[in-house]
Amino acid sequence: MAKAPALPTGFELPLEPRLPRIGSVDQVAVEERAASLARRSIKKDAKMFALDLAVRMMDLTTLEGQDTPGKIAALASKAIRPDPADTSVPSVAAICVYPNLVPAAVERVRGSSVKVASVATAFPSGQAPTHLKVAEVREVVEMGADEVDMVIDRGAFLSGRYAKVYDEIVQVKEACGEAHLKVILEVSELGTYDNVRRASLLSMAAGADFIKTSTGKLPGAATLPVTLVMLEAIRDVHDETGRKVGMKPAGGIRQSKQAVQYLVQLYETLGAEWLTPDLYRLGASTLLNDVLMQIRKEKTGRYQSPDYFTVD
Amino acid sequence: MTDLERRQDRAPVPAGWEYAPAPESRDIVTLEERYGLFIGGEFVDPRSGEYFPTLNPGTEEQLAEVAQAGPEDVDLAVGAAREAYDNGWSSISPAERAKYLFRIARILQERSREFAVLESMNGGKPIRESRDVDLPLAAAHFFYYAGWADKLEYAFPNRRPRSIGVAGQIIPWNFPLLMLAWKIAPALAAGNTVVLKPAETTPLTALLFTDVVRQAELPPGVVNIITGDGRAGAELVKHEGVDKIAFTGSTEVGKAIQRELAGTGKKLTLELGGKAANIVFDDAALDQAVEGIVNGIYFNQGHVCCAGSRLLVQESIYEPLIAKLKRRLTTLRLGDPLDKNTDIGAINSKQQLDKITELVAAGEEEGAEIYQPPCRLPEKGYWFAPTVFTNVAQSYRIAQEEIFGPVLSVLTFRTPDEAVEKANNTAYGLSAGVWTEKGSRILSMAQKLRAGVIWANTFNRFDPTSPFGGFKESGFGREGGLHGLEPYLDLGESEVRGG
Amino acid sequence: MSRLPVRKTYKLFIGGDFPRSESGRTYEAQGQNVARGSRKDARDAVRAARAGFGKWAGMTAYNRGQVLYRIAEMMEARTAEFAELCSGRAEVEESIDRWVWYAGWADKYAQVIGSSNPVAAPYFNFTFPEPTGVVAIVAPDEPSLGGLVSRIAPVIVGGNAAVVLASETAPLAAIELSEALATADLPGGVVNILTGYRSEMAPWLAGHMDVNAIDLGGADGDAPELERLAADNVKRVVRGRIGEQSPYEIAAFLELKTVWHPIGV
Repeated sequence: MAKAPALPTGFELPLEPRLPRIGSVDQVAVEERAASLARRSIKKDAKMFALDLAVRMMDLTTLEGQDTPGKIAALASKAIRPDPADTSVPSVAAICVYPNLVPAAVERVRGSSVKVASVATAFPSGQAPTHLKVAEVREVVEMGADEVDMVIDRGAFLSGRYAKVYDEIVQVKEACGEAHLKVILEVSELGTYDNVRRASLLSMAAGADFIKTSTGKLPGAATLPVTLVMLEAIRDVHDETGRKVGMKPAGGIRQSKQAVQYLVQLYETLGAEWLTPDLYRLGASTLLNDVLMQIRKEKTGRYQSPDYFTVD
Repeated sequence: MTDLERRQDRAPVPAGWEYAPAPESRDIVTLEERYGLFIGGEFVDPRSGEYFPTLNPGTEEQLAEVAQAGPEDVDLAVGAAREAYDNGWSSISPAERAKYLFRIARILQERSREFAVLESMNGGKPIRESRDVDLPLAAAHFFYYAGWADKLEYAFPNRRPRSIGVAGQIIPWNFPLLMLAWKIAPALAAGNTVVLKPAETTPLTALLFTDVVRQAELPPGVVNIITGDGRAGAELVKHEGVDKIAFTGSTEVGKAIQRELAGTGKKLTLELGGKAANIVFDDAALDQAVEGIVNGIYFNQGHVCCAGSRLLVQESIYEPLIAKLKRRLTTLRLGDPLDKNTDIGAINSKQQLDKITELVAAGEEEGAEIYQPPCRLPEKGYWFAPTVFTNVAQSYRIAQEEIFGPVLSVLTFRTPDEAVEKANNTAYGLSAGVWTEKGSRILSMAQKLRAGVIWANTFNRFDPTSPFGGFKESGFGREGGLHGLEPYLDLGESEVRGG
Repeated sequence: MSRLPVRKTYKLFIGGDFPRSESGRTYEAQGQNVARGSRKDARDAVRAARAGFGKWAGMTAYNRGQVLYRIAEMMEARTAEFAELCSGRAEVEESIDRWVWYAGWADKYAQVIGSSNPVAAPYFNFTFPEPTGVVAIVAPDEPSLGGLVSRIAPVIVGGNAAVVLASETAPLAAIELSEALATADLPGGVVNILTGYRSEMAPWLAGHMDVNAIDLGGADGDAPELERLAADNVKRVVRGRIGEQSPYEIAAFLELKTVWHPIGV
């Protein structure tokens, strides 16, 4: 691989010596490529493969002010056994909750393969002093969270204080200990694909295990062009350093058809190695039942009704 | 074992993901066993008595028999076009003429799936392309020119344009229906009538188009379709009753036509070959540039006159770009043109396949380094794997001659001036691509490149409003846009004289 | 016993919907009760037009051309109904053909009106037209269909949205037209049609600060006062030619934008 060029000014950071070139992203071309990939026609066995994978990759999420232990119990139950009528349907990857609900979540998934992911760092805005955000991370890890989903400081990023963004991620990563770290970019606030690429590279340089599109709290969350940009950044980091970083689109994925499109994009950009929950997650809540309906339709040949699938 | 480890997802990471076949159904197309010539609004048997088979290049199966138009047939067709011109078409109100063309556009849109399937069956291109590119553009082309039919006085200042008469039109096999639209739409909008000869290997969508003509109730003789090989084209060119010839095809045949017409006063436009340079600077948006390179040479299997067949990479970005390009090639899917997931379809004919094979062999012999991704070629049909040559010198045949196949030659440059010099160092001048994030450089390159179409940060984009045509031996005349009307009009004398 | 016909209720056309006047009033025209639009209806129509404008101007020219052609298709199907509401079949056919004529300009006027300008310095310089925004149209009293169409078509083909005051004495053709528009894939708000007394709505439109241009071709004697009101936000005032067609009628509602960019390595 060619030697990475020097970083442009304004982006000075104590980064790893080898970093892919930051470069630009052409909006029209990337949107066209994403649209073209979305037109792949995935049928029969190939579709079942994708649907099964989608369930195994799902982070079943509840992030509401009104969440209670009771809600968590129901969510965990659904996460472990998504379709009581079909035990061949696997468990999802994780449940994703607010810090206060971590103990209840940990209790409820005990003994299963489902992990507990907690949001932290003044989610969703990130607008709090760094030391408080890092303390929050330590606390949720102590409570038993397997995974931490943090948010980057968009205010700092958009005002050019990249070093601050970087430092925070490094500190959070340290506070995570054994827990794996997802860094949420909140792409709809970043404005351009160029910025998405920059934020992706920055987060990976600072130690992210996963980069994640959104908090799901704003309209216009994950889109196919945005995730393509992020996957291309992941690919460049892998080419340059050998490190594998995962990706998680979150928000706005409600239908199986979309989930399959995301997986096709993943496969054709990063290859089969990434087709695992260790490197790709789908952040969703209503998606699961749509996937279950599709699985049942593939198995029975009949279009399904939501009446036949548990709400939680 | 930690709790975390106990709770891993135990499913193994897959080795790959096989997309199941996703064929577009052929049922929508109804084929006759045998087709005559479409002259004067109906199908007639060829006076020549000759027929020849037309195939599906993806399977080598015969799809139908089509007629070989002989000299008598050509004469009849031109006569029918002349009759239609003199007795109606040239004198019906332009607004009514427009409405016929709008009808054709709308009907083509309604039947576009049927045409797309037939186009892929007869020509070999992936259904995704015929469905998403060829058909929408063909319908749009008719829609655009329909609107000009009754607005010609606004298109040319100080002129009252008039139609010319009968146009003879000869089209190639790479975009059969789209080329038909590019020829017929402006000709009819301008008030002419036409005799069109589709390419020898791809007559079927032109023959199906006659059904659109019927549904639109176009007066008989306005559009005549005569099938046949090069002989029929030569007869058409020679015919005295034809006022204008439009030809799209190889430079060699284009020159022959130009010689044939010398001194006759017949109007001529030529759209010939190309060997376009696709120039990538080190500040280009790299992943998107790779898409543009791929689209530039592998779209339609490289059977594109304006294909970006020479990649000129700035040396400072050479290694990462070529690595990305080679990796991207491994995700191209080659196979059944009617499969919705196919990216690379069949080569149009045995003849073309032989030509590509010969030039590729020459490239290896001359010392270029060849790369082809692992690709399983189907048993039957004509196929060629996407190919990249690196270490190519400007003088190699693969850098000079038009291959018209999925074969890319890669050369390097250091400065913009050097890129311009290499890009222009060819007898062709149809198109060029420029990849850079710097606006001023795009405009500077556009100014200096000797090509009729310059694509900046994109490639192979077409639109009925956008004029297309070449410099130098890539031909003369423009198709598309306001300028595409000119070849089909007599601009006569000034309306206003001085004093 | 002969069958009792179910009579149509004649309402306003705003934002793609058919609401009654917020004032609840009607007046009698051509033997029917017709909605008597108020200044608040006019206000709502401008709001709908502004929203519709964003979407309409963002569509490709080809798309807009296709929509105008479809308006012609929808009118053709209603030829008999239209003929009864105006001077007759000839006026209807002329109106339909006028939509087709303007449809064909959608993807062409930029080529005729725009330019690339050879400035005497190393810059690429080009001029292209853009729609001005929301246009208020005072339609003529006669011809009730042809006059209306000859003013709406050039305004919207360029990407503008329109708020139209229909003929006061013969509004039914305008409402019939709105039904054709509603079925032609035209985004809601691109054309809004208000019926009622001109004196109750025209001044409010002429003085509205979020209306970019006003076509007073059908305003006759009211025009001078309306022109004065229009000056408050420097509206483009156009005296549209009733019953004529030309790309210059389109150009009257377009702004010209010129862009410079250096040429260099």
